Amino acid sequence: MSINRREFLKIVGASAILALGGVAIADGIDKDNLEVSQFLPEPGALVAGKWAMVVDVRKFKTEDDYKRVINACNSIHNIPDFGEPKDEIKWIWTDTFEHAFPDEYEQKYMPASLERMPFVLMCNHCDNPPCVRVCPTKATFKRADGIVMQDEHRCIGCRFCMAACPYGSRSFNWRDPRPFIKKENPDYPTRTKGVVEKCTFCVERLAEGLMPACVEASNGAMIFGDLTDPNSEVRKALSSNYTIRRKAELGTGPNIYYIIGGTDNA
Amino acid sequence: MLEKALTGSRRYWTWVLFLLAVIGVGFIFYLRQFSYGLGITGMSRDVSWGLYIGQFTFLVGVAASAVMLVIPYYLHNYKKFSKIVILGEFLAVSAVTMCMLFIFIDMGQPTRVLNVILHPTPNSIMFWDATVLSGYLLLNIVIGWTTLGAERKGFPPPAWVKTLTFISIPWAISIHTVTAFLYAGLPGREYWLSAIMAARFLASAFAAGPALLIILAMIVRKVSKFDPGKEAIQQVGKIVAYAMAANVFFLGLEVFTAFYSNIPGEKYAFDYLYFGLQGHGKLIPLMWISGILAVVSLALLIYPGTRRIEKILAVASVAVFVSLWIDKGFGLIIGGFIPDPFGKVTEYWPTVPEALIVLGVWAIGALVLTILYKVAISVREETADVPKVTELDGIAEAELATIK
Repeated sequence: MSINRREFLKIVGASAILALGGVAIADGIDKDNLEVSQFLPEPGALVAGKWAMVVDVRKFKTEDDYKRVINACNSIHNIPDFGEPKDEIKWIWTDTFEHAFPDEYEQKYMPASLERMPFVLMCNHCDNPPCVRVCPTKATFKRADGIVMQDEHRCIGCRFCMAACPYGSRSFNWRDPRPFIKKENPDYPTRTKGVVEKCTFCVERLAEGLMPACVEASNGAMIFGDLTDPNSEVRKALSSNYTIRRKAELGTGPNIYYIIGGTDNA
Repeated sequence: MLEKALTGSRRYWTWVLFLLAVIGVGFIFYLRQFSYGLGITGMSRDVSWGLYIGQFTFLVGVAASAVMLVIPYYLHNYKKFSKIVILGEFLAVSAVTMCMLFIFIDMGQPTRVLNVILHPTPNSIMFWDATVLSGYLLLNIVIGWTTLGAERKGFPPPAWVKTLTFISIPWAISIHTVTAFLYAGLPGREYWLSAIMAARFLASAFAAGPALLIILAMIVRKVSKFDPGKEAIQQVGKIVAYAMAANVFFLGLEVFTAFYSNIPGEKYAFDYLYFGLQGHGKLIPLMWISGILAVVSLALLIYPGTRRIEKILAVASVAVFVSLWIDKGFGLIIGGFIPDPFGKVTEYWPTVPEALIVLGVWAIGALVLTILYKVAISVREETADVPKVTELDGIAEAELATIK
């Protein structure tokens, strides 16, 4: 087989393009696999094998108990208030038992107190997060300590993660959020339109040795800790109480546990 | 060959200008969306995908359906499709172009689109969808353009084109399978979480795409001297009949599983779409129109007596297209988001800017299709009386024989 000069150049050119493209993609995959936690944590930072939270619903007694927790998060993280549900951004919020656990609600004769009781809801930082699985750019990713993070600089705003999340924990910036932030916290970044965001278990506070803002404001109603440590507060709470998780049957492995108790404990 | 699109009748230019005007309006509203954000649409926190993604899904099917012409013509050497097959390939090009545009306009941060390539993520179905769609676009442009170019010079297409057509067959199936996987693998979205989603997608695609092609072939025949062939159109009509029957059957399977099992999560979306849920039911009229059109078109297509009458075939094709556009381009996406993860109903309806942007993208698709069809038709009209190389060979041999 003989080839002329023109064909030879064509083959060389095509091979070079393919090789460069292949190297670029392989390089991209490799670089992206660098774990954030491969960097040494700051001295004094809170670290864990797997972070989890236990919400003791019995300890939320008045409306103020919820508002305090939610406001702690909203004010620190520059959550905008649009005043209407269509554009709403929420990291932590409350809803009824019926809506928090729609599949458990078939039982209609539960204590009236439970039916009215608001539940604190947020990202479940799943063991097998569907949002991470579907993200086409790794803008949402899971850290070694279990926290599901969102890189708002890489997010292309395709909202695949919102379709994938069975908990409705993700919010999209349908418009510029900045004019709707009541009082801006200069220590935390604001977001731009067109990206998805959600609860981060307050990674920025953990790095400074502080508990998540909602936990700190909850007066003990929310317990946060390391699920891999048998002596942690969360493990103690889990071993001494009956807890439920939202839609655990989906195999996502949610890491927010709820102690609902009964009327006796209320 | 592209120069063929630069000369045309007054009617041709009026049509092109009309499309450009629609594109212009859409573009102006897209600029508004670009500066304000996607909040300009009817989408919300609960229904986070809408008409854009619906159009994308529907058009992937239209693109994939070119395979229904490619298989008979290239695989089974069914000669009657020799003229119409190029129309199918170019329809695929136009449809994939629209798909990509619909994904693009749905992005919250369109300027970051290259992140999909810069941070390739094989575990995301979106990554594979982008890969197979761009591959399919390339395949159809190369195949269509080369075949037409060869035809213009009176030569048969080069052998490697045949290899590409063979590759394009499983590739076409793959684009719609992967698109179905975008939805069918999400926990907690019961309306989408179905193993027959990809099969249903393919069935509806193979009905809607060829139905559109019948309409286009009839238009082409009317506005030009190029005739794709009466028998070819009839044959495509049969394909639509089979595919539509399969599609309605698959929908029936979904309905059976949902309602006989009586599992609430399986039923909610159907309840919302066809009967209303928690007092909400904006889509009910549309969904019933879709259902009625499906049944009527199926009756007209299955009975040979009606299918053979071209006017009725045209009406049935329009009915199939509209029915499936509603079902897949609208109901399927919205139904997946209702009820939301909390069991609540938040309704969706496109806004005026959103609808005009959608129209703009359809107009871009129509323009791409117009240009490609114009080229194809001009080449065909031109070569109609040019003898083929094989015939020339015959003449030459005959002459040689007489000399001897």
